[in-house]
Amino acid sequence: MKRIGLKTASLAIFAFALSTLSCWAGEIAAVRNCTWCHGTGAQGYTVAPRLAGQRPQYILSQIRSFHEHTRDNPFSIQYMWGAVASLGPYTARDLANYFASIPPRPANDGNGAWAARGRTIYMEGIPEANIVSCYACHGPNAEGIRDIPRLGGLAYFYIKARLEQWGQGYHSTPGSPMPLVATHLGAEEVEALASYLSFVK
Amino acid sequence: MRVIGLKLVLQIAVLAAALASSARAQERMGPARVGGLEAKLEYCKTCHGLSGQGYLGWFPMPRLAGQQPEYIEAQLKAFIERRRANPVMRNVAHVLSPSMISALANHFQHLNPPPFGGAPRGSIATGKKIYEEGLPESNVPACSACHGPDGHGQNEIPRLAGQVYPYMVGQLSGWAKERGQGTSVDTSAIMAPTAHNLTRSQIEAVAAYVSYLH
Repeated sequence: MKRIGLKTASLAIFAFALSTLSCWAGEIAAVRNCTWCHGTGAQGYTVAPRLAGQRPQYILSQIRSFHEHTRDNPFSIQYMWGAVASLGPYTARDLANYFASIPPRPANDGNGAWAARGRTIYMEGIPEANIVSCYACHGPNAEGIRDIPRLGGLAYFYIKARLEQWGQGYHSTPGSPMPLVATHLGAEEVEALASYLSFVK
Repeated sequence: MRVIGLKLVLQIAVLAAALASSARAQERMGPARVGGLEAKLEYCKTCHGLSGQGYLGWFPMPRLAGQQPEYIEAQLKAFIERRRANPVMRNVAHVLSPSMISALANHFQHLNPPPFGGAPRGSIATGKKIYEEGLPESNVPACSACHGPDGHGQNEIPRLAGQVYPYMVGQLSGWAKERGQGTSVDTSAIMAPTAHNLTRSQIEAVAAYVSYLH
């Protein structure tokens, strides 16, 4: 009878324990699937936006939007549609609450010279050009509420891309006023808003 | 031969200047959106709901659909003159010309989407009683006496039917903080004692009741 070596046995036990651990703590594995792109602290990484500190209802509405293929900007189609395809509703809810609980860090990567103009547009809009005040929905500190997202501290490139995409006709969750809002924004206004918001704590 | 007088030249110059400045505004905007009533209505509806049914942003934005035009006009003027204190609406309203104000006010009365909904239902019966009978012991008149049994209002008295619940609660509980600011005469004074005499739970009951009226 061949005796199983101590080294082999301990390796087998270790591997089994590890797989059991990751199956039992299911959300740990699911979080890794997100932070792979969205940054280890969920603070965002390159094109993937910060999830830390985001409104949980907003995260859930976006997950649903990816599931239903209503959010159709290019990176959503390329990455997010597949990423959430097998995400169940309870895990989604747990993930949303988990990310919401992480304190957000501002990206601080906008153009400082534009930030003051961005703040004015954010708080007041430009009524002469029929640009609405962002503050009315997103709050005085761009913190969001319910399913309206926190914009404060999101990356300059992400906000700029989203505002431009709505202007180009890409869709959001059904019923969102954002496509209408963003269509009126000129290039200068987009620069100013994206810069200002990237600095907001 | 027709002589072109100085007056006509001046009028043409003014017109040219106005057209030039509106062209600059269009350049600044994204895809070309011609100014005027349609663009302004779209702007209003971005916050107040695409059918004027209201919207819950950071602030609750009230229903404008089916609202009395005289009431909308009066409120827009109150925002401009700062008799009604609201930073978002003051900013919105101060660029509106009097003819634009009338046109906007008249547009919304014809819209009729179903109510926004979402109010808690537990106190609707209490709200209905207060709405129809008032609270004599608290010096609160019946709302229906002025706002109508169906909540549609009349003239300067606003429609309440289908109004957004958190908006109504906020208005009634903070009436004097927002309305009747400054020293000039303001018709909102008529609601001040009523709003003051209602308790918080009575406000919530009435607001819930009217929010479901259609």
